[in-house]
Amino acid sequence: MIVRIMGEGQYKVSSSLLDELNIIDNRIVDYVGKENESGFRSELGKLVAAVKENGKPLDDAEIVESDLIIPPEDMTLEEATEIFSGDGLIED
Amino acid sequence: MGLLNRMGTVIKAKMNKIVDKMEDPRETLDYSYQKQLELLQNVKRGVAEVTTSKKRLELQKAKLTQNIDKLNGQAKDAVKAGREDLARLALERKNELMSQVQTLDQQIIDLNREQEKLQATEKRLSAKVESFRTKKETIKAQYSAAEAQVKITESVTGISEEMADVGLAVQRAEEKTENMKARSAALDELLEQGTLEDFTGKEDDIEKELAKISATSNIESELASLKEEVGK
Repeated sequence: MIVRIMGEGQYKVSSSLLDELNIIDNRIVDYVGKENESGFRSELGKLVAAVKENGKPLDDAEIVESDLIIPPEDMTLEEATEIFSGDGLIED
Repeated sequence: MGLLNRMGTVIKAKMNKIVDKMEDPRETLDYSYQKQLELLQNVKRGVAEVTTSKKRLELQKAKLTQNIDKLNGQAKDAVKAGREDLARLALERKNELMSQVQTLDQQIIDLNREQEKLQATEKRLSAKVESFRTKKETIKAQYSAAEAQVKITESVTGISEEMADVGLAVQRAEEKTENMKARSAALDELLEQGTLEDFTGKEDDIEKELAKISATSNIESELASLKEEVGK
């Protein structure tokens, strides 16, 4: 599957990684709910690292839609909370 | 719903907005290409802004470092002259400046990272835009209207995702440089007002005292040699 790390481009990753990513994602949700900044930081870092370690960067010239989109690694807890509240991160 | 799902939803919503604006398939291609070129310009501007901010911080750091060196010299002179009080004052001021430099160092590292990231983004987008342009011409030339529609949707959707990503990256970089600008303007103001400059610039304390001391010791030594000349 194709995974995009926001701000860093797309990676080709084996679908078997999805379970691991989901586990980390659930922990992130938990930390955001508890407003635990350091926990959120470290899990988001793990999410990004898991894709980079297990994936292969897609060629720059390739244009494909991603199956999964990972937020930027330096996303703040505040921004994550905004995303969950549905306010969105991106200006129109 | 996890963060990944949410992130996907956010990006898809943005993509749909881009795609929805288009009606005629062939126009869609040109419109999207136009938007890509604009975005590429934005990224380039972003890179330039981050670079400028970084240079500004480096300049401020150089200024502060100069002041630190000066204070070091003053502290040494003061010790030589046996004025521990002055030396202490100079060292205290030096410490304050050093913590400012540390903050600047961290900000410069952050901006550097931002600069590298944006440059990579520019390179990536640039390659994608070029590849889109080629594809666009092929689609226009080779496909029937029905086939073209599928191809167009495919490539426009893919590039729209990239554009949403790049758009966000540029937006975040801008926010960061804005924050940095505000802080470095505050530091500039401090340097100009003399609040920090005072640490070294105040002729009336450390420097003046040291000048007085050295003048006194000059006079003493001259007096001594005169005495010697006149015949002891």
